[in-house]
Amino acid sequence: MSTSSGVPESWISSFCSLLGHEYFAEVSEEFIEDDFNLTGLQTQVAMYKEALEMILDVEPEDDDDDEDEDEEEDEDVSGDARDGLGGRTHGERRHHSRIASDLSVIESSAEMLYGLIHQRFICSRAGIQIMSEKYEMGHFGVCPRTNCNQTRTLPVGLSDIPGEDTVKLFCPSCLDVYVPPNSRFQTVDGAFFGRTFGALFLMTFPEYDLSKSAGESVTNLTRASTTGDGNEMLNGMYARNLAPGLGPNKIYEPRIYGFRVSEMARSGPRMKWLRDKPADITVLDEARRAAENAQSDDDDDDDESMNMNGHPGHPSARRLRQQRRNQNGSPMAVEANGAESEL
Amino acid sequence: MDDYVSESDSDYTSYWRDWFISSRGNEYFCEIDEDYLTDRFNLTGLNTEVQYYQYALDLVTDVFDLDCDDEMRETIEKSARHLYGLVHARYIVTTRGLAKMLEKYKKADFGKCPRVMCHSHPLLPMGLSDVPSSKPVKLYCARCEDIYNPKSSRHAAIDGAYFGTSFHNIIFQVYPALIPAKSAERYVPRVYGFKVHAAAALVRWQNNKRDDMRRRLRKMEVESGFKDGEDSIEGDDDDDLDEDEGLALGEYSVAQPAGEAGTIA
Repeated sequence: MSTSSGVPESWISSFCSLLGHEYFAEVSEEFIEDDFNLTGLQTQVAMYKEALEMILDVEPEDDDDDEDEDEEEDEDVSGDARDGLGGRTHGERRHHSRIASDLSVIESSAEMLYGLIHQRFICSRAGIQIMSEKYEMGHFGVCPRTNCNQTRTLPVGLSDIPGEDTVKLFCPSCLDVYVPPNSRFQTVDGAFFGRTFGALFLMTFPEYDLSKSAGESVTNLTRASTTGDGNEMLNGMYARNLAPGLGPNKIYEPRIYGFRVSEMARSGPRMKWLRDKPADITVLDEARRAAENAQSDDDDDDDESMNMNGHPGHPSARRLRQQRRNQNGSPMAVEANGAESEL
Repeated sequence: MDDYVSESDSDYTSYWRDWFISSRGNEYFCEIDEDYLTDRFNLTGLNTEVQYYQYALDLVTDVFDLDCDDEMRETIEKSARHLYGLVHARYIVTTRGLAKMLEKYKKADFGKCPRVMCHSHPLLPMGLSDVPSSKPVKLYCARCEDIYNPKSSRHAAIDGAYFGTSFHNIIFQVYPALIPAKSAERYVPRVYGFKVHAAAALVRWQNNKRDDMRRRLRKMEVESGFKDGEDSIEGDDDDDLDEDEGLALGEYSVAQPAGEAGTIA
């Protein structure tokens, strides 16, 4: 049990190794010890102090004096913040020592507190780095959608408030969210991962080649393809990485005995838009298009909007890029120019 | 006691199809009627596809009485499973077969859609090819009209040709009341509440495609199947407004707030 240094497994690492907690990163103690990172959590978690001690493996017997000091400090600094519940639990604790039922309450409080800290931690520099290692090792599973070809997913919450929904998996390849395949994750609160992590991860690590399946090793776009194909930037990310699982060849086409089911049929396809992507994704560069429209008021505008709706790809990417170089009206366009000049 | 066991044993093995559909990993199959199996017309062309065709058919129809070694028995057993699967693909598009699969669909025997916005809509098994041994079975969700991989590896190994490329589309033509209401509800990636530009631009483009389709259908007077108000397609800005309201309330956003999932009749 104990290692050579005689330190038993910490609460954090034992929590993270529990069944169903595979998605959790181990939050570093420095992060938890920095009070700034815990701002506002006191009011969200019952028995906050005890829970925090449990997470940090601080022996409650040893620090009775410290605790009193802390409490006095708290009362001095923000007496009104520690109202109702918090004050009462402390009062009780002074009278009788910790009993078993108390421990289970603290344990669940500690889990809640850890989850909320975790939500903040994985959006910090250190935390997102740890999560990227877990992503590379495929700890978060793969997208169940057939056309996503086993793309690695990321754990996300649909709400930042605990108790609302369980953890979901965000697939960067189809930009959709899925229920984890194993029911053991249906007890994990989505708020412990939060709404921000998924999208922030993609912005922090734009160079992962998202089209790679979990079976393949992770590669970085810039190193993987030096040909320049698909390496251009669009709307602040690599064009190649914009929903690689969507688009004309990645939409399921319903057929009966080989014949496509018509859109006009009552049972015909209605949801293709959800998995669609323009064949020429430069039409998504709205800032450039707006600038172009403002520049030239010939009939071209109408053609453009028609293209966007039905037949993408009429103006060649090269021409568009040329036009983009000629104008630098918007900050987005400037960014795109900067990326291209590197090529 | 011994008698009882042997009796139940023989009972059990005598109904090969019973045993087959109740064994682990075969939950997607329905039982094919004896009548259907014994009508040679329904089996046209399968004799070239299945090894030891006659023995396999005998086994499936419980008239197998060949004395052979275990290895041979195993081969025939395998052929019988293959034969059953191929007949199954034909059977499930018949009236009786569709009704049986419908019952299984209602019980969600094929699993539920993993997509969060589909709210556990039941799935249907389907093949990406009608040619045997080319593609494993996939699961079709009628709500998002997309296909997914089965969760369990036991199911992922089943041949897709045992269900075929047409069945899941035919069932909705035969039972149009089953077609679930479509929903524009979707996930929008956000960072600290702000939409991410690249994803948001794609979402806007996709929503335009959807609204175009709904206008097109309305012009042709075809029901679009979207349960949200038909008038909402007029104002494209409505979507954004709704999303922003959702954001202010601290909810995850949906493009158009939608009611509960359509349940199966």
